[in-house]
Amino acid sequence: MSSKPTNVVIAGLGGQGVLKASDILADVAFSAGLDVKKSDVHGMSQRGGSVASDVRFGQCVFSPMVPQGEANFLMVIAPDQVEVNRAVLAPSGLLIQPSQIDESALPNKKSLNVALLGILSLHLPFPVEAWTAALERNLPEKLHDANLQSFSIGRAAGKK
Amino acid sequence: MDSLQQQNALSLLSGDEAVALAALDAGVTLGTGYPGTPSTEILENFDKLGGKAQWAPNEKVALEVGIGVAFAGKRALVTMKHVGLNVAADPLFTVAKIRLDGALVILSADDPGMASSQNEQDNRRYALAAGVPMLEPSDSQEAYDFTLRAIELSERWQVPVMLRMTTRVCHSKTSVRRGTVTIPSPGPAHFEHDFPSRVMIPAYARPAHLRLRKILAEMAAWNEAEGPNQLIQGSSSLGIISSGVAFQYAREAAPEASFLKLGMTYPLPLERMKAFAASVQRCIVIEEGDPYLVEAARTAGIAVEAAPEIFRFGELSVSRVRRILTGDTSPEPKRVPGKPPALCPGCPHRSAYAILKELNCIVAGDIGCYSLGVLPPFEAMDSLVCMGAAIGVGLGLRHALPPEEAKRVVSVLGDSTFVHSGITGLVEMVYNPPATGHVLVILDNGTTAMTGMQEHPGTGRTLDHAQTGKVVFEDLARSLGVPNVFVIDPVENPEKFKQTIQSCLNKPELSVVIARRNCLLAAGSIRAYERCNEQQTN
Repeated sequence: MSSKPTNVVIAGLGGQGVLKASDILADVAFSAGLDVKKSDVHGMSQRGGSVASDVRFGQCVFSPMVPQGEANFLMVIAPDQVEVNRAVLAPSGLLIQPSQIDESALPNKKSLNVALLGILSLHLPFPVEAWTAALERNLPEKLHDANLQSFSIGRAAGKK
Repeated sequence: MDSLQQQNALSLLSGDEAVALAALDAGVTLGTGYPGTPSTEILENFDKLGGKAQWAPNEKVALEVGIGVAFAGKRALVTMKHVGLNVAADPLFTVAKIRLDGALVILSADDPGMASSQNEQDNRRYALAAGVPMLEPSDSQEAYDFTLRAIELSERWQVPVMLRMTTRVCHSKTSVRRGTVTIPSPGPAHFEHDFPSRVMIPAYARPAHLRLRKILAEMAAWNEAEGPNQLIQGSSSLGIISSGVAFQYAREAAPEASFLKLGMTYPLPLERMKAFAASVQRCIVIEEGDPYLVEAARTAGIAVEAAPEIFRFGELSVSRVRRILTGDTSPEPKRVPGKPPALCPGCPHRSAYAILKELNCIVAGDIGCYSLGVLPPFEAMDSLVCMGAAIGVGLGLRHALPPEEAKRVVSVLGDSTFVHSGITGLVEMVYNPPATGHVLVILDNGTTAMTGMQEHPGTGRTLDHAQTGKVVFEDLARSLGVPNVFVIDPVENPEKFKQTIQSCLNKPELSVVIARRNCLLAAGSIRAYERCNEQQTN
């Protein structure tokens, strides 16, 4: 990995699991021994407003927020939040959005965040086992099966 | 304490979690505070880790309780958001001069850019104004280390120490290694009379002030020699003096620069700053908020460059620091507005606001979820100043407006806000009633909803949801002599709520209407806590 950190922004609306998805991603990168910083603003998000969470990882990370125009990946869970966050994406950056997933195939709608992580995982240098382990660490046991399935659906969709 | 292996392991923690962990490792006897973004998670995590943490009715009371703990020779952590320190400012300015036996750490979590606040005051000014030494962490590791150091400094010099954090330091997760700072174990609890040190009558307060200034001079010398400041030798053409999270942005924006990163920002190591400024061709201060470091440096005759005024507003970022360094003051790209927060569908405040609007009320409002009543579709709140202001502002309007208009004024505030600083307003209402009477509406949703469902004295449950004494608002209002007191569920009985407000507005008497219905998001948990507590009493 180069000395520049990898920048991921995850965005959506309150209640969609933006923070859960960024926790899982940060956990995967941290478990790989990388320097990780993650930033999100709490407080008003429960009122259904826009939520975005920045995750940065690499050999050495300074700012916890991704500078505008420098996100390598922008993963958006609510379609109407794409334009709100587009400016953070680097010109060469990759946008990951719900239209890439057949939502009717998901075991439940709530796991769309994890399905999109499945797509993201294809572009990051972490083994699938590391993702599985992080999913299990960050979710209650009764949700494991549904989320592991959604993650696989996301990975399959991303390979198309 | 855990095994060495666990101690040395890295974990990914928010700044708030790191402070809680340090408080645990330091053997803090009591953590107390009032919930407020971005500080709330500190005490919640301290409780989860097994520490003793409690919510106070407001920040002033929390600080006073903390002072008592420190008088007994133990360690206290008092947490609040920046505006909370305004409420606690009265004890702050005097305790600064009082000799403590234990440790007193006052944590102020500032919110530059106002992610969730009514102003963006810079509380570094408080350290200077009150004469309270201050540490400023820039990430979670420093939040951990500086909490321990603050306790150590507080005990060594027997003064309170302020830990000033900001939203990004509180809420960002960065790696933390435990056990990096070791401090002495807390001493035993004890009490000895010491009238001149702790009883601030003028005769004792005068020497106490002299003592404080002498201690601050000693601490400044310590900060020069061995304070938690960091010199990073880089290019001699650009030197940056910075503190807090601004340092992280600056380091990324100018990796080649030399840095003097300040960890203890009151009293400042002015000699080090002077030497650093002289060692580089261009010396610029990068700080978030007010020009606090700039003013201190310039007052001391240190020539430093400051950021243009526009960067005083809002949070800094890597991009904004790049602009500061290149002197770029062209208009910044506007952020595409996101979806603003709104009252949840089914929120009981919705019913209340719809009726207040229908009745064409002038609403002196307050701080909480119900502040969202100012936004469409309600647009039914006319003022928001500070916690508890609804009552005083409403009374002032009633005193000044002609009777026909005065009769439309209602004061509206939430349950936690009422306890925080509405009770004295209610006393004022009884003591100085306007000629037209007044109507106070308490929107009681059974929780401190906006900050994330914290308990308060009106819920009758402690921070960890155990049963405790309960302040019953209707009993309190009646005991104060308010003649008309009603409790109504505005969702189940909107018509009754409307008729009651209407009839109260029409009589020149004092009324308190409590709109009681649990917050939709908290209702399930509240039922579970109640069940659990009932089982324990049975």
